[in-house]
Amino acid sequence: MTVTSFTPIASAVGGALIGLSAVMLMALTGRIAGVSGIAARLLPPYEDDQLAGRLAFVAGLVAAPVLTLAVAGQLPAQTIEAGTMTLVLAGLLVGFGSVWGNGCTSGHGVCGLSRLSLRALVATITFMTTGFATVFIARHWS
Amino acid sequence: MAILLQFAVGLVFGFGLLLSGMSDPAKVLNFLDLGGIVSGSWDPSLAFVMAGAVAASFVGFRLVLRRSQPLFAERFHLPTKRELDSRIVAGPAIFGVGWGLAGFCPGPALTALGFGSRAAFIFVAAVLAGMWLARFLSHLPSLSRMATPVDPLET
Repeated sequence: MTVTSFTPIASAVGGALIGLSAVMLMALTGRIAGVSGIAARLLPPYEDDQLAGRLAFVAGLVAAPVLTLAVAGQLPAQTIEAGTMTLVLAGLLVGFGSVWGNGCTSGHGVCGLSRLSLRALVATITFMTTGFATVFIARHWS
Repeated sequence: MAILLQFAVGLVFGFGLLLSGMSDPAKVLNFLDLGGIVSGSWDPSLAFVMAGAVAASFVGFRLVLRRSQPLFAERFHLPTKRELDSRIVAGPAIFGVGWGLAGFCPGPALTALGFGSRAAFIFVAAVLAGMWLARFLSHLPSLSRMATPVDPLET
């Protein structure tokens, strides 16, 4: 386990940027900034003509650390402790669950909650609960 | 123009993930570790990310949705589904287990690709495979008789 420090101000400001991004996407395209929905629609079958815009959004996500490194000369801390098998299993569950439940932390947790959606509230409470339970079992039951 | 702006929107989202610390799975897992409240290793930062994001979008959505239409589309595409079905619990329940195993959800994982880490590529490939499987199952006739979302990906 890697110790991390409590960063209330950076986290709240970073969170506000995420919210701002969701508002910008709504203002531009009229769509919810749900990353799982955007990522899932990068795969065929294509149901609309928004593929280029989705690719551009994902390219922006990927470019953020590249630009940060170029400008600031360093990247924020990132510690990935999970091994390959855990990453594969976790990725399958995250991908499957987010499409099966129509959203992830951004679509339900940010956009949905701020729209006061009951479905998003149920989804957010559910994934927080199983997230808490999974980490508890992984860290304290072994 | 619209494409360039959507790149900028993704960029702002990515900067938010980096600044907030969400792009660090260790930080996410330390938030999800409630046992850390007792041992002193709990990191409540993620609650501040959520609060900042929801506050900004709560105000921003209200301002934007006053307009008659978005800048580059003929109408707003807001989720219309209201009813609570089994999928709105089962999906997030599965998602949360994966999130708790690796500390990655889709946004931070995509941003982590830009760090060039091998782990992020493995995770994102698995996410896409999981998404493909869920979409495939959603479109099976037997399942779509049980639950027929107009758009299976709608939030």
